[in-house]
Amino acid sequence: MMRDERLWMALGWIVLALAPWWLPWLGGYSALGTKVLVYGLGVMALNLLLGFAGGLSFGHAAYFGLGAYGAGMTLKYLAPSTPLALLAGTVVGGLAATAFGPLVMRRRGIYFAMITIAIGQLLYFVAVRWNEFTGGEDGLAGFSRQPLHFGGWVLDIRDENKYYYVVLVCFTVAAWIMRGVLRSPLGHTWVAIRENRRRAEFLGVRADLYIWAAFAISGTFMALAGALNALLFNFTSPQDLHWILSGDFVIMIVLGGMRNFWGPLLGALIYIVAQDYLSSVTDNWMTFIGLLFMVIVLAFPRGILGLLRRRGKAAA
Amino acid sequence: MSLLRLDRVSRHFGKLQAVQDVSFEMNEGELRAIIGPNGAGKTTFFNLITGFVPPTSGDVWFAGESIRDKAVVYRVKKGIVRTFQITEVFPDLSVYENVRFGVETAAGVNGRPWLPRAKRLELARRTDELIEVVGLAAKADRVVSELAHGDQRVVEIAIALTMNPRLLLLDEPTAGMGDAETDHMVDLIRRLHSERKLSILFIEHDMSIVFGIAQKITVLDHGRLLAEGTAAEVSVDPQVRAAYLGEEAKA
Ligand SMILES: Nc1ncnc2c1ncn2[C@@H]1O[C@H](COP(=O)(O)OP(=O)(O)OP(=O)(O)O)[C@@H](O)[C@H]1O
Ligand SMILES: [Mg+2]
Repeated sequence: MMRDERLWMALGWIVLALAPWWLPWLGGYSALGTKVLVYGLGVMALNLLLGFAGGLSFGHAAYFGLGAYGAGMTLKYLAPSTPLALLAGTVVGGLAATAFGPLVMRRRGIYFAMITIAIGQLLYFVAVRWNEFTGGEDGLAGFSRQPLHFGGWVLDIRDENKYYYVVLVCFTVAAWIMRGVLRSPLGHTWVAIRENRRRAEFLGVRADLYIWAAFAISGTFMALAGALNALLFNFTSPQDLHWILSGDFVIMIVLGGMRNFWGPLLGALIYIVAQDYLSSVTDNWMTFIGLLFMVIVLAFPRGILGLLRRRGKAAA
Repeated sequence: MSLLRLDRVSRHFGKLQAVQDVSFEMNEGELRAIIGPNGAGKTTFFNLITGFVPPTSGDVWFAGESIRDKAVVYRVKKGIVRTFQITEVFPDLSVYENVRFGVETAAGVNGRPWLPRAKRLELARRTDELIEVVGLAAKADRVVSELAHGDQRVVEIAIALTMNPRLLLLDEPTAGMGDAETDHMVDLIRRLHSERKLSILFIEHDMSIVFGIAQKITVLDHGRLLAEGTAAEVSVDPQVRAAYLGEEAKA
């Protein structure tokens, strides 16, 4: 089992590392691959909270957007440094998630969801109204990712292929950390709380504090994704904070399968590739995504990866 | 010295007197049954011991300390651990994962995002050991919700054992079980008592089990302590007979 998973991970990683070579072959382009990784990272971060700890956040775009604005504003107003921008975006989003955590940590189910949406919409309106600083409705432009300096050596990541590798490295490190945490006692505690919060509390577990931790960690990695996204397009807008994007994240997770660590990545891949392809064919692409979503929810409630897993088990 | 002592404890719910003026004492190493008709106050009695509900009046002592005002979690740490009348497990997780969570909680490492290898192995060993004790080794990787009801109740006991109980409280451990499952459970209770030297207090409706394994029996009825003694004493007690016969006559 364990060795099987390692093998798959190694294979998957090789496929990802070679993406700039094979993507054009399939009619793709490396920025599309970058976007899949960025969103994949974001939804894996959200799924740590949603799928593993059972916290139904429907407002996680808040932290994606904060990461994006944090990174963009750092480049625009503070210093022309890519690492600093990524760090600033991640820290801003992570701190916000940590600060908002206590508002949600005792809520359950739908109440949890409603408060997370409300927080997200609050930030959305701040971004829209605070014109002179955020660019308002038009979004924040006028910044661009800067070459990386390693001592005397310069890596010009303004090139799309090179930026893809920056994102791949961030994705790999973040995924490795999240996977490690989910396999630690902390991760076991989240799952236990999801399964039976009362029972866990009777054993002496302060469930609210652990949900808070999940919220903060999840928000931090989501913010990293947002920062990477802002630097991918050298642009961000209030749409990156909006509840519609939060909903898209949840759709990606459900598509791929939320009981599996890698499921959301698969969901992001399907969603973004379908969006990229369908939106070039029809304006009604969202209808098709909606249909696909319904088919998957009805036919495979555990998501696509959940289904593949089942098949694998049955065959074994 | 007594391990657990209740001093004229009462608990009312509005006008309803769920437990009334009950004094109770239990020694270390004892295997004791609580019996009584439906609604007699047995589960409430457990709730008073474990801290799930505070008493309206009276005092509760455990190992020489008044725990009347202590929270559930404090009592768990002191060794008062219970199972529930309705099974409480982590349904979508495997037997192993259920028990491991208890072991990690008892070790106080819940919040750790990382464990050194030695610690991890130690906790894994402890998990395996407890699964072995309750006889579920062959089913360790099975998802609990897919197990038979009897096995799920055994998982619950395994989780309770992870907390290193001094006093184990079992609320109707054999309820809803078939004969084979019941035998397995009775055997487990007996072994936990004799081999692991646990003090056990259990609520049970099945008289053959009660008379078969309990060293001493406490009878509750309408919230009052009706009788107490060995199987032989209790079974001939006229008040007990009346309570149970009355119950049967009504039914
Ligand atoms: N939290 C509560 N609020 C109100 N009434 C309660 C509460 N808990 C118990 N009761 C009432 O107290 C009485 C005793 O209940 P308890 O559950 O202790 O009985 P029991 O002996 O365990 O019965 P059974 O054999 O059916 O499990 C019942 O009438 C019950 O309805
Ligand atoms: Mg009861």
